[in-house]
Amino acid sequence: MTDVTNTPVQSADLMHRRVLQKSRYASESRFKFLGLGAIFVSLGFLFLLLTTVVGSGVPAFTYNYVKLPVDLTKVSPEAPQEGNYSKQVKAAIAEAMPYLSDRKGKRLARGLVSGGAAIDLRNEVIDNTDLAGQKSDIGVPVSDFADLYLKGLTAKSLLSSPEAGITVSGVEGIIDITLESNVFDGFLKRVKDNISSQASRLNTRMANLQLSLENQREIVAVSENPLAVESAKKFVEVLETQLAGFKSKYDTLIARRDNSASREMLDTSMPSLLLKTGGGVVKVIEVEGMSAKGEVIIPLLEKASVAGQWQMQEILEAEEDRKFSDKEVAVIDRLVEEGRIENRINTIFFTKGASREPELAGVWGAVVGSFFTMLITLGLSFPLGVAAAIYLEEFAPKNKLTSIIEVNINNLAAVPSIVFGLLGLAVFLNFFELPRSAPLVGGMVLALMTLPTIIIASRAALKAVPPSIREAALGVGASKIQAVFHHVLPLAMPGILTGTIIGMAQALGETAPLLMIGMVAFVVDIPAGILDPATVLPVQIYMWADFPEPGFQQKTAAAIMVLLGFLILMNAIAVLLRKRFERRW
Amino acid sequence: MVLYILGMLFVIALATFFVGRSRAISIAGNDISLLHSRPTYHGGFLAIFSVVPAFVLTLFWSALSGRYITNSILDRFSPQLANMDVPQLQAFLRDVRTLAGNTDNAASKVILSTRGDVKEIAQNAAELYASQVSSSNTWLIALAGLLVLVGFIYGFSQIKTVKRNRHFVEKFIMVILVICSAVAIFTTIGIVFSLIFESIRFFQKVPFFDFLFGYHWSPQSAFEGAGGTSLSDDNSRIFGAIPLFTGTFLITFIAISIAAPLGLMSAIYMSDYAGSKFRAIAKPVMEILAGIPTVVYGFFAALTVAPAIRGWGESLGLSVSSESALAAGVVMGIMIIPFVMSLSDDVINSVPQSLRDGSYAMGATKSETIRRVILPAALPGIVSALLLAISRAVGETMIVVMAAGLAANLTINPLEAVTTVTVQIVTLLVGDQEFDSAKTLAAFALGLVLFVITLCLNVIALRVVQKYREQYD
Repeated sequence: MTDVTNTPVQSADLMHRRVLQKSRYASESRFKFLGLGAIFVSLGFLFLLLTTVVGSGVPAFTYNYVKLPVDLTKVSPEAPQEGNYSKQVKAAIAEAMPYLSDRKGKRLARGLVSGGAAIDLRNEVIDNTDLAGQKSDIGVPVSDFADLYLKGLTAKSLLSSPEAGITVSGVEGIIDITLESNVFDGFLKRVKDNISSQASRLNTRMANLQLSLENQREIVAVSENPLAVESAKKFVEVLETQLAGFKSKYDTLIARRDNSASREMLDTSMPSLLLKTGGGVVKVIEVEGMSAKGEVIIPLLEKASVAGQWQMQEILEAEEDRKFSDKEVAVIDRLVEEGRIENRINTIFFTKGASREPELAGVWGAVVGSFFTMLITLGLSFPLGVAAAIYLEEFAPKNKLTSIIEVNINNLAAVPSIVFGLLGLAVFLNFFELPRSAPLVGGMVLALMTLPTIIIASRAALKAVPPSIREAALGVGASKIQAVFHHVLPLAMPGILTGTIIGMAQALGETAPLLMIGMVAFVVDIPAGILDPATVLPVQIYMWADFPEPGFQQKTAAAIMVLLGFLILMNAIAVLLRKRFERRW
Repeated sequence: MVLYILGMLFVIALATFFVGRSRAISIAGNDISLLHSRPTYHGGFLAIFSVVPAFVLTLFWSALSGRYITNSILDRFSPQLANMDVPQLQAFLRDVRTLAGNTDNAASKVILSTRGDVKEIAQNAAELYASQVSSSNTWLIALAGLLVLVGFIYGFSQIKTVKRNRHFVEKFIMVILVICSAVAIFTTIGIVFSLIFESIRFFQKVPFFDFLFGYHWSPQSAFEGAGGTSLSDDNSRIFGAIPLFTGTFLITFIAISIAAPLGLMSAIYMSDYAGSKFRAIAKPVMEILAGIPTVVYGFFAALTVAPAIRGWGESLGLSVSSESALAAGVVMGIMIIPFVMSLSDDVINSVPQSLRDGSYAMGATKSETIRRVILPAALPGIVSALLLAISRAVGETMIVVMAAGLAANLTINPLEAVTTVTVQIVTLLVGDQEFDSAKTLAAFALGLVLFVITLCLNVIALRVVQKYREQYD
């Protein structure tokens, strides 16, 4: 008999089971949550990547042009290529910015316009000869930093219209500024914050110096090597003087921070304050709550302005940390007010080849290079791959050679792409002496690389065609080759094409093997054939990503968007093909 | 020139095809049932006979003539060039070719020949080169034309009603098919031989074990003495690849420890939990992640991830290199997630439903079924997927080139900059390099190591699946 009287044990067991069940269910939902979390983390990475690229790439699709009164009366419409454009551009710059009349000012004004403005103008006049022989406002590209500023990517500024009148002591040179109320207080506080963070940075550096100083002192005290002691002693001296210098600097900074009433000098390590008043611009060099001293950048017309008629522009990024000075900010803003700045679609980016200047660099050379390379890749890998797939799938006897070929193809699919580059370098360039940097060689290397993808996809497509098709063809008297080429291959074609497009998309994004065969060359001209030196889109991206100028960073992201656009297009075609011609037997 | 000839041959092939076809039709007197083979086969037969010999000749000629001409120039000018070392000779040959090209700016591109005496030799050599090239081309065109003519006459005479031209054409097609499938073998042979030959030359300069087990890697200090002889003592000290191997290992390890859990869990969720709607959206999106070119990941790593990691590290008071192994590893991990996911998805889906049903019938929850039944059953496949992922990470180039450092630090601290095998291959080979220096050859030795490692991983992955796979049917 079973023990029926054992109820307390049973209920405890039940309780135990309930607890167990609960924890099992909890772990179930935990597990499920983990799985979902993994997917969302991955998708989050994708989202982050795409937003980074799009966010920094979109500004590069437009570019700012400044309209200058260019005098082309001396250029004849018959021979526009002979004009002296750089002289005319210089003259036009001087005319557009008359307030920058001294030497320094002229240099600054020229720096705001792209170094390639004259060439750009020349090309425009050659394209449109109506411009020659007259004087008209023609847009030329601004410099890359001016463009960044206009897009709000450098020297971000806060604009405000204070509720107080302003009076200045002069219209040129160094002037005194007086306000009706203490509107500079807010700015003064930011300056103090800046001083205090400078002080704390200095403090950390001092602590580091102190540490190395102690290290050296210890060497002096302990080391038995006289040479080491000697050099350590010297080092100690250097460090001590450096430290003393830092200390006094630190003390003055702290004093400046704590003295709330004092007048602050604004040097290049501080935020900048520009005042737009009376038809001119003043850069403040000393500031207090109600008064200031400033340097006129653009001459003023009137000495006094009432509240609401003048503006205060604060730039928090210190002048020494950016590559766009306060003066340049003021001049560009003035040009904007005059309506001379125009934001256009960046045609240079889409029509030109590489350049050292970010504003003159374009992606078209790389696109053409990619096109030629892909042409060779497709022309080689498609016939080779399909032929190999047909042989292996339809004709190959089951023997050692066939299995070696199959193992080979699978292994090749997993060989790192850079190894294909080494193959190209050793065989195509050094043995066959084909030209470096040519799309021909790039295409050949990529063809070898994509071959396994195409073979594997084509075999799958051929396999999917049912045997009845072959048998029917053979039954009415076709030869084996006729059966395959007339009946099986057409039915497998959509699948083969899908695989080919996916393989080509891989090849289009491939970079490493092309670096090996010299396609990183700096190519300014648009390649005209498969033997010209060229570069391709992904390599162009790699090269631009290495350039330090912020203008190139945008270009890189924009080029990535172009590349991704092509890839999406190719994949969309592949998906459509698959959907349109997919057949279930 | 060769391209023009090949294009010409293509046109000739088309023309002869139609000539042969109409010839066959006219022989049969418009009753093509009299022919043994259909007219297109006769056309194909004629085209093959006319063009293929000339085509083969052109290929071989163009492959070998450049080498022959170069050698003849070197022979002709050998007394003047006797005191040049290999890189100088290569520069000289480049100049000669540029000069012979006769382009407008040829003179501006010439690098070495600015030196007066060499310039004169280069000019003479360029003239000789140009004349040799043009005579070589003339010969090629004449011979190819002759072959086309002879082939055409013979082929044309062979178009008869009883002639079994279909058999010939089909056999020819079969030969072409076999050759095409052998390209894969030729590629492998090409890879293996080019890597091995260059590596052997490298190991003549740097002893094998010094390379494989040396602790110090700084090829930029490689010294090539005059005349191409190198101080092999120096070379054996600066070509120690251990720091590269540890760097590669470190970055791969970081990548896999990100990709393996994320990829595996995603695959499990996709195959066992997700509804069909969720799958239909999430799977293609994950495939986008797989289709993004690695150079884009590299840009992402260098622009976003590395500064972010550096910022976090500094806010925690750690000193992080701006090219830390962590940044490159994390981004590489992200790149490999979809790879791991799709491979493990296949493996998990191939576990038969009956195993799941059996487990559910015993009262197990879904997660228990997955952990205790499906994963053990799918383990060989998952291990193989991870091995393939490792092989992928080891061979990945662009992310590390853009985000990892160049300095060969021997460290396993993920916050420091390390360098990898692929980075060093790229650094050693990009730019104008003379081909015979130990530096360039070192890249091939590294490539050989890379090839062997990835090959081994792939073979092991294959073996694991074959050996431990459970047969359920």
